[in-house]
Amino acid sequence: MDTAATSRDMLAVNGAEKSFGAVRALAGVDFVVRAGECVGLVGHNGAGKSTLVTLMTGGTKPDRGRILLDGQDATGSYGFAAAREHGLRCVFQELSLCPNLTVTENTRIAHRSISGLGWRRRAEQVIRQKLDEIFPGHGIDVGTTIASLSIAKRQMVEIATAFSESEAKVRLVILDEPTSSLDATLAGQLLAYVRKFVGAGGSVVVISHILGEILSAADRVVVMKDGKVVAERPASEFTVASLVAAMGSVVRERDAVRPARDQSGQTPVLAQTATGPEPAIGFVAYPGEIVGLAGLGGHGQTRTLIGLYRDQGGDWIARRDSKVAFVAGDRHVDGNLPLWSILKNLTLTLLPDLTRFGLVQHRAEAAVAQQWRARIEVRTQDLDNPILSLSGGNQQKVLFARALATRVPVVLMDDPMRGVDIGTKQEVYAILRSEADKGRTFVWYSTEMDEICQCDRVYVFREGRIVAELRGADIAESHILAASFAEQAA
Amino acid sequence: MNWLTADRLRLLVPALSLAVLLGAVFYLQPRSMSYVGLNLLLNLAVPITLATIAQMLIMMVNDLDLSMGTFVSFVACVTATYLQTDPWLGVLILAVCIAAYAGMGVVIHLRNLPSIVVTLGMSFVWGGLAVLMLPTPGGTAPDWIRWLMTSKPPIVPMAIVASVLIAAITHWLVIRSAFGVVLRGVGGNERSVQRAGWSVIRAKALAYALAGLFAVLAGIALVGLTTSADANIALRYTLLSIAGVILGGGEFVGGRVSPIGAVIGALTLTLAASFLSFLRISPDWQIGAQGAILIVVLALRLLLNRREAREGRQ
Repeated sequence: MDTAATSRDMLAVNGAEKSFGAVRALAGVDFVVRAGECVGLVGHNGAGKSTLVTLMTGGTKPDRGRILLDGQDATGSYGFAAAREHGLRCVFQELSLCPNLTVTENTRIAHRSISGLGWRRRAEQVIRQKLDEIFPGHGIDVGTTIASLSIAKRQMVEIATAFSESEAKVRLVILDEPTSSLDATLAGQLLAYVRKFVGAGGSVVVISHILGEILSAADRVVVMKDGKVVAERPASEFTVASLVAAMGSVVRERDAVRPARDQSGQTPVLAQTATGPEPAIGFVAYPGEIVGLAGLGGHGQTRTLIGLYRDQGGDWIARRDSKVAFVAGDRHVDGNLPLWSILKNLTLTLLPDLTRFGLVQHRAEAAVAQQWRARIEVRTQDLDNPILSLSGGNQQKVLFARALATRVPVVLMDDPMRGVDIGTKQEVYAILRSEADKGRTFVWYSTEMDEICQCDRVYVFREGRIVAELRGADIAESHILAASFAEQAA
Repeated sequence: MNWLTADRLRLLVPALSLAVLLGAVFYLQPRSMSYVGLNLLLNLAVPITLATIAQMLIMMVNDLDLSMGTFVSFVACVTATYLQTDPWLGVLILAVCIAAYAGMGVVIHLRNLPSIVVTLGMSFVWGGLAVLMLPTPGGTAPDWIRWLMTSKPPIVPMAIVASVLIAAITHWLVIRSAFGVVLRGVGGNERSVQRAGWSVIRAKALAYALAGLFAVLAGIALVGLTTSADANIALRYTLLSIAGVILGGGEFVGGRVSPIGAVIGALTLTLAASFLSFLRISPDWQIGAQGAILIVVLALRLLLNRREAREGRQ
């Protein structure tokens, strides 16, 4: 591999090593981004992608190795400010805007040069222009606070903020899971813009678990594994299968299409009558079924899940024998107890069962946790470690276990696999399927087509209500897209 | 309903509760509906308002100042003694106080200490210094502040002019100015501000220094009204200022603060005390009744917040 810096190398990382305690996050990484190219960066959770990104954005310094900007060694003085000055921007996986500020005010935070009298007007212009350019017809009012925007819109704002320019030119944008909350249309708009930006001489690094996205957007793909670069080739030489093979996980054949079930005699475990104009389709879920909620992001799926949960659980007093459990999508807000250990996070919903005379039976608690640790393969040495010591995918697995360990017949899932690596996803799919076969019901909102295709029955949402019900062989991308877009296309 | 944004809705509750309280006071005591009456009613609100703004600036960066009461008392003692007899030394002491506040912000951020612990500790320092300075109540207010606090502007009483001025200036500073946005950003998402290349330490130091400045102004204004000082003169300001911020639509964390709301909150708290006196409620019960008013207003806000959250979901 040629590590000699040339002038076309916008940013180069040479032989970077970084350890966090006993964990070796980077074990000598060489990574180059040239002007006018889009680099795809893929790898499992824990492969070192995030550390590499943090390194490039100036958030941490390497233990060993160099960072070069335009061929000049910049390791010593590198930091957030130096990276920004050099035209480097980053969209982080964890949404990183200030939720209490408006879109305009967040633009001001991102641009030091927008200040003084009339700054608000200039910031407004900068961000509105960029939003219009990347996501035409976005419908975002730049005067609203971030907290009152949907996750998809927040991500759009974040992306537009990263690409927006005031005085310093944007030369390199790192997109870490940029489309995790965007639906297919928005993701398409973003990828088209990325190609345009690259065509004009800019550089982009895309990190995504959606491999098709990487292959269509990137010129070159870098595969990481265990803190090292294990493959680096032009995107055209990769296929989804060869990429997955390079990452070290095995492609599993998709389950054969599941036959539609006969449910005429069964009593539903959950039901919600339809409201609104024709065609009004009511929601039902039968025992042992995985019901998918599909459609474009933010079209009422989450609200439906919360509605189902509220109908079952008491609002004020928890029911002794709750019928439903909820797996949250936004694990930082609705899922984790960040100061607690993995064990305590896992057994939280089980505590009534593990309690005698008002005291928690620690031995029983530990036994349950060990059992689930083995079943879902949480990668940790000790369950007493804090939950935040786990990678995102493993944290999400613990949240799954929290719901699955209970006796509830119905589990509601609000797009829980956001930003989780393929290997973990496959494991969770298998667990879901085996639990469903035992008679448990899952209601699963997902923005990813693969996941929807795992379901027995699918409701497609549009504009806040169910517009189509698909079952068996009808569950296919084409049908779901057709139902999601039907009216808008006309 | 576009003009009724979440932020404006937040201001509606404190504004309405102030209006209701004012109406009740006028109903109970019609004579208070005059220039002199209003001035008497709201006079004491000026230092409370300033202290509330100071507390708001600390809460803006996700911290809490438990030394507000003792600090304002200390400043009042300095004002009634050194600032009166030895103006330069007085000004120097107060400047050092503001620097100490900035330093407190830096230490809290750098060492990652809970602000509650640090400010609680500092409250004993300020309290001790105040007692050393004025072991018994005494001192004299400087003439200029006495003049300022008892001045009678035409048509509108001083207390109202001052409140409007304080609200306008701090609103501009915190909400409108480009600099205020960064400070609020620190409260909202420190990491994102840091990643954008800002110095969070500097922002926190600035927020704390500004808070110190407003607390100093509160102490000076207080002495202007009371003419003399005492080491325990403003102890209740700690809780009053926190209640004022919350009442005015602010939050403990997340950088969601409203200067206009904070001013209204401080006015409401002052009026609540007068309202209860007019009702002839015995002083034994007044604190409890004040708490009840607080609970009612906060309950109203909770209801509105819920609505807001529900609408924000989709």
